[in-house]
Amino acid sequence: MSRPETSAELSALYQELILDHYRRPRNKGTLEKADASVEMKNPLCGDEICLQVAFEGRSVCDLRFAGRGCSISQASASMMTQLVKGKSAEEIETIRSRFRDLMLGDESAASDQSLGSLRALSGVARFPARVKCALLAWNALETALTERAGR
Amino acid sequence: MNLRADFPLLANNPGLHYLDSAATSQKPRAVLDALVDFYETANANPHRGAYALSVLATERYAQARERVARFLGVGDPDCLIFTRGTTEGLNLVAGSWGLEHVSRGDEIVVTAMDHHANFVPWQVLATRQGAKFRVCELTPDGKIDLDFLSGLLNKRTKIVAFSHVSNALGTINPVEDIARLVRAKTDAILVCDGAQSAPHFPVSFDSLGVDFYAFSGHKMLGPMGIGGLIGKRETLEALSPYQTGGDMIEFVYDDHTTWNALPHKFEAGTPNAANAVGLAAAVDYLDQIGMDRVRQHERALMTLAQERLTAIEGVQIYGPPAAERSGVVSFTMSDVHAHDLATILDGEGVCIRAGHHCAQPLMRRLDVPATARASFYVYNDERDIDALVTGILKAREIFSYVPS
Repeated sequence: MSRPETSAELSALYQELILDHYRRPRNKGTLEKADASVEMKNPLCGDEICLQVAFEGRSVCDLRFAGRGCSISQASASMMTQLVKGKSAEEIETIRSRFRDLMLGDESAASDQSLGSLRALSGVARFPARVKCALLAWNALETALTERAGR
Repeated sequence: MNLRADFPLLANNPGLHYLDSAATSQKPRAVLDALVDFYETANANPHRGAYALSVLATERYAQARERVARFLGVGDPDCLIFTRGTTEGLNLVAGSWGLEHVSRGDEIVVTAMDHHANFVPWQVLATRQGAKFRVCELTPDGKIDLDFLSGLLNKRTKIVAFSHVSNALGTINPVEDIARLVRAKTDAILVCDGAQSAPHFPVSFDSLGVDFYAFSGHKMLGPMGIGGLIGKRETLEALSPYQTGGDMIEFVYDDHTTWNALPHKFEAGTPNAANAVGLAAAVDYLDQIGMDRVRQHERALMTLAQERLTAIEGVQIYGPPAAERSGVVSFTMSDVHAHDLATILDGEGVCIRAGHHCAQPLMRRLDVPATARASFYVYNDERDIDALVTGILKAREIFSYVPS
């Protein structure tokens, strides 16, 4: 049985930056004019997100998220919206893939500058039951990008 | 009551505070031994062989049925069908009785507190048959609203399904009152989800007043993958089989087949004999304690938990008053999400459930995405509640951060 043994691991999980994004989420709300709107739920825990994206060509020019969930899912969504705004689909895909690595325990990703504030979520990797919380918003964004590409 | 030593998983993990018995219970050594004993001394396919070992397996399986029937107050053991658990038992009724008796324009009633296992099969049945699916609302303190229920009932009501005890809130529902209402206004069958009652207080099917009662072995100290459906003989005999195959047949001809007698008619394929034997050992264990004592023990823990949790600022408890609940307490703490709470409690060795408890319609009505749920059983004691409280206080501290 692998349990988080030290309060150090819990402190690493619940860093101030994460709690800050949880209590004061960035880009939370709805867009007046969205090109893609994706709803995604995590049926296991009831987390839900509605992500709206506005595009300019192949780039995300604006995005908002709504919904509710745990601190990890909310912080991840909030940080994601800050990081991907203005980036192209290809750039976003690189970040998304790197963030996935981080969640799956790839320690080299924890020092990857391209992940910006998302590195604060590196502690999640030690809590396998919570990884899907951190990935929920990213899965929604991936769906939005796929829809856009297929158009 | 100090039974921790009887449960190897708990004995081997002294720091573990298991408060998720409403999801599944831990297993005493006696149950694990019974499983091994069956495989080491009596393993053969029951009802098949003419040889002594198969006869022994058949006997052990039959004895297990008699034992479990006695525990649940079933006078006629043939009326206890072994299933994988509550879910399969309820699906059996929906797929067999339901398909035969429910047609277009009929009505099926469930309650807003039902577990998905006692909600979705009826919803699907209603859709398939063109029947109306009606959900009985709850009172603000999480009980079945009997006036509302009364208003839903009419001559077209064919099935009324409800939980004996709510898995999410712990509400103990008044079976007698519900049965009286339903019998007075309808000819419907009453289907009772007993997953959370059979493990926790004395239940006697023969005097319960319902037509079907389903339960799960793994929530009552038994192995996973075994449970049962209890019905009345005349109802079960009139019913078509749910699954077909070996063991449930009498004669198979090229153009038709006749069915075996009860209970075999509903037990197609090789039965889960070893787990039935394990379940019999579990009810032996429970009877040694005494189901009245089990209930008393859980009530005492519940009262204490209620007192200790209420004292924590920001904690909100859902459902009826503690005295009217079984050993389940569902709560939230200020804006700390139940999942975060569960993760932090895990760090203290405390196992609780966080989420929607397979009762999304209920969560929607409570207007919470998730609650934390602690549930108690025979092996829990005050120390588990101490650990729960310590963990919640720790979560409060971690989440005390306020953005500047």
